[in-house]
Amino acid sequence: MSKDDGTISKKRFMEEFRRYQKGSVTRRHFLGVTGLGVASAVMGAAVPGLRPRPAWAAGDIGDRVILATWPNYHDEANFDAFTEATGAHVQVNVFGSNEEMLAKLQAGGSGWDVFVPTNYTITTYVDEDLIIPLDTSKLSNYDAGSFEQRFSDAGSVNGTLYAVPKNWGTTGYAINTGKLDGAPTPTTWKEFWDLTMGAYSGRTMVHDYQLTTIGNALKYFGYSFNSVDEKELADAEKLLLDAKPHLFAISSDYQPPMRNGDAWMTMCWTGDGKQMNVDMPEIVYVLGKEGGELWSDYYAIPKGAPHMDAAYALINFLLDPAVNAKEVLAHGYPSADARTNALLPKELLEDPILYPAADLLSALEFGAAATLTDPNRAELLARFKSA
Amino acid sequence: MRQLGRNGVLLAPAGIWLLVMLVLPLVVVFIFSFGERGAAGGYVPALTLEQYANLPARWTAFKNTLILAPLGTVAALLIAYPLAYYLAVRCSPKWRTTLLILVIVPFWTSILIRSYAWIFILGGRGIPALLAMVGIDDVRLINTPFAVLVGIVYGYLPLMVFPIFVSLDKLDKRLLEASSDLGSTPLRTFWQVTLPLSVPGVATGCMLVFILLMGEFLIPAILGGGKVFFVGNALVDLFLQSRNWAFGSAVAMTLVIIMLVTVTVYMKFISRLGGQRDDISLM
Repeated sequence: MSKDDGTISKKRFMEEFRRYQKGSVTRRHFLGVTGLGVASAVMGAAVPGLRPRPAWAAGDIGDRVILATWPNYHDEANFDAFTEATGAHVQVNVFGSNEEMLAKLQAGGSGWDVFVPTNYTITTYVDEDLIIPLDTSKLSNYDAGSFEQRFSDAGSVNGTLYAVPKNWGTTGYAINTGKLDGAPTPTTWKEFWDLTMGAYSGRTMVHDYQLTTIGNALKYFGYSFNSVDEKELADAEKLLLDAKPHLFAISSDYQPPMRNGDAWMTMCWTGDGKQMNVDMPEIVYVLGKEGGELWSDYYAIPKGAPHMDAAYALINFLLDPAVNAKEVLAHGYPSADARTNALLPKELLEDPILYPAADLLSALEFGAAATLTDPNRAELLARFKSA
Repeated sequence: MRQLGRNGVLLAPAGIWLLVMLVLPLVVVFIFSFGERGAAGGYVPALTLEQYANLPARWTAFKNTLILAPLGTVAALLIAYPLAYYLAVRCSPKWRTTLLILVIVPFWTSILIRSYAWIFILGGRGIPALLAMVGIDDVRLINTPFAVLVGIVYGYLPLMVFPIFVSLDKLDKRLLEASSDLGSTPLRTFWQVTLPLSVPGVATGCMLVFILLMGEFLIPAILGGGKVFFVGNALVDLFLQSRNWAFGSAVAMTLVIIMLVTVTVYMKFISRLGGQRDDISLM
């Protein structure tokens, strides 16, 4: 290849351009001789939408799938593998509360294909006609019998399957024991709040989430985690307002400040507790003796999901026990699927953070549907935050 | 008649835009503000003043906004004015363009990412760690009103610099020479000539920054840790968490009214300050 094949002078470009304009040469000749043809081919390849897509055995499911989920809740490598296998990119939106997800769906046009609601919200989504019944013929990896029933039964409403189990877990708190000055590690919610207003002042975080923040304040008084009793809620509100000046932040994304030492204690979900404990053993996960929340998350498809085929494909992919086992290893939330658990190492299945002792577990309550729609709980949290 | 038609064509795009994107939504918000929250959230039609009666429950959010927005505006002004003055009057033309571009450069990156950077600067391993090295212990900056103030001044500074720069740049430099020839000290020249002539730029800059700060929610959310709430944060919360559209609409209407009143009073004040000048305008 001679040297001047690669470039073209300005003068020659204009000459060729005039020739093309006058019609003396073809478009093909013009693009070839000026190098513009090559340039647009390169540009085209850089824009994903213009790239040719391979055809897939399962049929074309489109180039993307939009997933609304919770913080630190997936293995990125699994999403990459899904894209590799199907050509669809997984676009992840992260939320910190079920209320936020419900609000988006109620407002309409969320654009989600798959989202991750918690057990107690599913009846409301069905009542409000916001999610669709699932077609199990498109979910070959779903085997109802392999799931522990108490973590999968909320997915069915009146005998119709609306959601399939993702993971289950507990809501406790994570505490950096390095800051206790030798004091024993707390074991109750009462100690959580007392430490917040005492030795850990300015270093505690609570969720930006009505269910857990109000629920665990109710636990201070020994009330039910799910209470909607006005008098009990008033007590919880008073505690929250007293504690507010002592809080580091109100946020459901607590790992960054816990890891860099800005925060020393936070309300915490199983997997986040496990993830932090693995990297920093001084951060331990505590389940309040008084109780608190036991939960189970599900995959569901919102009504009007723009990429319905991709939604089913993604859920089915994540339900594959081999994929699901990788998820559990990455995020540290237990699975209710016996097929998945069979693939997990024994240490993990005996881990006290993932699988708390029976006496701690029995004190926990599943969230109640009433808390999601109760106007007093919603307004209480909003008042607490803007106080 | 033809004149009218032509003006109509010119104004139609903006007119339709304003009608659909501003007037109609405002009407909806106004109507919603007299309604009630639905059972699972949202809006149920009603005719009640209950939502407005509930406003005191958001008093702190209004208070934070009404303190931090003006404070942020004044802080931005105090930092932007000397910079704009330097750029317009003192700086050699050779450097001016480069420096002006540097003022805009931050806009090339999303405010979200830049605010996240401030989390690290103000967090325990940032400035407080540096202060601890010189013996000032246990300084907490992140998630305080101070952090929010730093964030909003940082975020909106360029919007203050440019209008002031433009007004100082347009300033006839012969007036400064005349003032000096007539025996004024540089300081007096500044007070009596430069400053009054730059009032339009200052007024525009303050207005731009103040209006945007009154509606701010991103920076308080990121640098305030969910603890330093602006009205904007209270609104996001009411619509996206507690799903109380009726109360949210009442809070939004109240904010709009407060803005209209403050901006009107401000315009009156500035026009008096500028000696009944009629060239004060936004941009």
